[in-house]
Amino acid sequence: MLDAIGVGSLEEIFEAQIPAGVRLQGGLDLPDGLPEQDVYAHLLDLSKKNTSAEDEITFLGAGMYDHYIPAAIDMLLGRSEFLTPYTPYQPEVSQGGLQVMFEYQTAICELTGLDVSNASVYEGPSAVAAAGYLAKLAAPKRPRYLVSAALHPDSRTTLETLSVGYGTDVVEIPLKDGATDLDALKALLDEHGDEVSAVIFQQPNFLGAIEDVQAISDLAHAQGALSICQADPIALGVLEAPGNQGVDVCVGEGQALGNRLDFGGPSFGFFAATNAHVRRMPGRIAGETADADGRRGFVLTLQTREQHIRREKATSNICTSQALNALAGVVYLTWLGRDGLVELGELLVQRTHYARQTLTAIDGVTALHDQPVVREFAIQLPADVEVSEVVSLAQDRGVNPGFDLGRVREDWKGGLLVALTEQRSKSDIDTLASVLAESITAARNGERSPLSASVRQEVAA
Amino acid sequence: MSAVDDTILAYDRPPADASALTPMQREHAVTIFEKGQAGRRAFVAPKLDVPEVEGLIPAKAKRAEPARLPSVTEPELVRHYVRLSRRNFDLDSGFYPLGSCTMKHNPRLHERVTALSGHARLHPLQDPARAQGALELMYNLERALGEVAGLPHVCLQPSAGSHGELAGVLVTRAYHEARGEHRTKVLAPDTAHGTNPATVTMAGYEVVPVKTSPDGGVDVEDLRAKADDQVACLMLTNPNTLGVFDPNIEEIAKIVHGIGATLYYDGANLNAVMGVSRPGDMGFDIVHYNLHKSFTQPHGGGGPGSGPIAVSDRIAPYLPVPVIQKLADGTFDLTSTPAEGPGSKSIGKLRGFQGNYGCFVRSYAYICSLGGPGLQDASETAVLNANYLLARLQELVGDQLPLAFGEKCMHEFVLSGTAMKRDVGIRILDLAKRLLDHGFHPPTVYFPLLVDEALLIEPTETETKETLDAFAEAVADIIREAQGDPTIAQNAPYTTPVRRLDEARAAKRPVLRQPLA
Repeated sequence: MLDAIGVGSLEEIFEAQIPAGVRLQGGLDLPDGLPEQDVYAHLLDLSKKNTSAEDEITFLGAGMYDHYIPAAIDMLLGRSEFLTPYTPYQPEVSQGGLQVMFEYQTAICELTGLDVSNASVYEGPSAVAAAGYLAKLAAPKRPRYLVSAALHPDSRTTLETLSVGYGTDVVEIPLKDGATDLDALKALLDEHGDEVSAVIFQQPNFLGAIEDVQAISDLAHAQGALSICQADPIALGVLEAPGNQGVDVCVGEGQALGNRLDFGGPSFGFFAATNAHVRRMPGRIAGETADADGRRGFVLTLQTREQHIRREKATSNICTSQALNALAGVVYLTWLGRDGLVELGELLVQRTHYARQTLTAIDGVTALHDQPVVREFAIQLPADVEVSEVVSLAQDRGVNPGFDLGRVREDWKGGLLVALTEQRSKSDIDTLASVLAESITAARNGERSPLSASVRQEVAA
Repeated sequence: MSAVDDTILAYDRPPADASALTPMQREHAVTIFEKGQAGRRAFVAPKLDVPEVEGLIPAKAKRAEPARLPSVTEPELVRHYVRLSRRNFDLDSGFYPLGSCTMKHNPRLHERVTALSGHARLHPLQDPARAQGALELMYNLERALGEVAGLPHVCLQPSAGSHGELAGVLVTRAYHEARGEHRTKVLAPDTAHGTNPATVTMAGYEVVPVKTSPDGGVDVEDLRAKADDQVACLMLTNPNTLGVFDPNIEEIAKIVHGIGATLYYDGANLNAVMGVSRPGDMGFDIVHYNLHKSFTQPHGGGGPGSGPIAVSDRIAPYLPVPVIQKLADGTFDLTSTPAEGPGSKSIGKLRGFQGNYGCFVRSYAYICSLGGPGLQDASETAVLNANYLLARLQELVGDQLPLAFGEKCMHEFVLSGTAMKRDVGIRILDLAKRLLDHGFHPPTVYFPLLVDEALLIEPTETETKETLDAFAEAVADIIREAQGDPTIAQNAPYTTPVRRLDEARAAKRPVLRQPLA
């Protein structure tokens, strides 16, 4: 090969091109490589140091959920033909992936009740931030978002991090009994008026409560602002499609649709909007067309929105979708099917109600709010125990009771967010109730988990 | 006929009549929404095991009509998607030399270890005390990536290269603002990926293009003329999208630092220099990695990716949170409010949770497998392969497809099809489409924009000499064929599941979803 190139050594190629001053001498300070079996053993060892949803009965949700993933998804995602190609730049040899995108877009439009969907974005909070950017593009002279206090905290901070760049700020809409306070929203809209590009909220919200989507959208529209809703796609099996309740842009975290927890990613964010916004959408979009012989086919389309064509005038800098994760999403929705998505949602509503009743029957435990819920709800633990301590003690007993709300907001201190999936049966819920009661008592009696934050701090000090 | 045994399609003549259609070409594309029948299903819901209560969802919130999802059985579902998969070309089936995309082999070990339940079913909000394996892995990956870049502080959070760019420009903004400076411009060469200028706009800066010199690097005089105290940052890919390692990189760094700006390294082409040269040593302040390129994630048909960034000491306080800390007792923690050091003046979060951990597991396994010497060997072989393929193509078709800049290349190179278009009558697009009939995925076409009829080729280190030879011969065959009859290439491909698609029609009358009754 060197002969063909016309050099005596590989070194000559580098010497000719890289200035001597920036060549690395002596190689990287990293260990030598390992054979496959040793790498497997090391990664297995690391995996065993984690407590996964397989190792405890978990009611942890707060944005990602331990749903069962059908085996067909593992098989299909493992196929080389889906796993190893790149973005479909050559549509003639990418019809499989492109048709999947087209089907995925159809499923998301159906779920959200909106006209158009893109082929997915990075993940949920990024989708919220991208929706915010769409609102900025739609109304460049309106430098403010009104954001519900019960929007997912990661969505809120992602939106804030990114909007600093283009100079839009965030004003919070307070809650009333766990749901967005409509009177406060109206007052804020009156106050900020034509400075507001969008009202951004979540359905069901971060505390599990069902929001009055139509009322929020109507208030937003009355001031010329967009209604942007982050939705739980599983809950949309039983809740009205946001597109039918005045929402202009509906986005959300797609992990619950057939994707692993994976400690937070990769998953996908879905992004759907009304036709009015199609040319402001970020990301890839697949469309139907025909080939030279008139056969039906699919291509990436409306690319004049995108960075590789428009460069600094693009609607977003995103250049990939989450194709493989979105494939899992559309296969999962197909696996559930028209009836199954509804049945799953109804099952969750019943079990969640049962869990809420059962947990609030524990002495000293109350509901954090009384709003209707679908698959997640918030409770308040007795004031004389630390939630983090109770959670850790329950985990020592094999049950993860949920998310310590004090981790994200001072005024939610004492709160616990409990999530259900179809993998948590009545018997699991009953176990949760007894373990939670026991752990509260243990915490009161001064018992401490060796892994709790307080003990670890003492050890560190 | 140039097909070798790792190609999947093997026709070199257009079919003479309809009877020559392949089975796939006879198949009419039918979506899953057009299949199935009411009542069919794959999913069986668990039994209702709690007392049923009516009216839990208020009437006005309740869904009136179910989403019109398909109703199919599992066999229908599996067959539909397996058949669709066969309408894709993929890296496991054949050569995929897309420039700046680094389509290197994806070891299957990575899929196996990522699927271990301790990784795959780990909840992102699990108490860090019970996610020690994940945090240790991320900590080790940060150290290794930092060593490759020659920069000490790594944040794994960004979801893709473009997301890493945004992170990089936002930390730059925070850095300047903390010093009381409100700069307005970001410089980027005219060879840059489109994500660079798009990112700059999203971060609220004006992008100013810098010219390319005849040697393929940054035009230093043009840079000097545009470098003023309003410039926040220069974004550079090195080697750039021409496959050229900038000969003046040390001078460029001096100019950029001289005006107090940051120097940003777009890591799209890091696969050329691992263990050979480090961005930190070149003077870069911020680097993004594409784990899906240099550190071999399967590309998934266009995602997921992962785009960590590394920064120097002066930028570290502004990194996104949460950050991983190694405590005195050897355990690991995740904190969003570090008192000092990385993340202590953070720009905030860029996305949910900690990033694409599944990608971290794969890239960490890759680094463990190759080690320091192996990573260096990968880059050296990538450069060797690129130069060999370049030499073969210049020997066979150098008149029609000359190298656009320079004489040698790093891990990729750009040919220009101007002469081929003029002398042979086919465009780069036609060559690309005809390559499909030879069982090869075409290289990147019409990028970078400053080269007329550009063909950007990146073979990667995981291809054999036999494959590179077969590809070069296929290109030569196509040009020879076109010299006889250019219409063959102009109407290609012939053997793919569909033929050339009408992209104008798709954009003019968009059909973006399956219409449903």
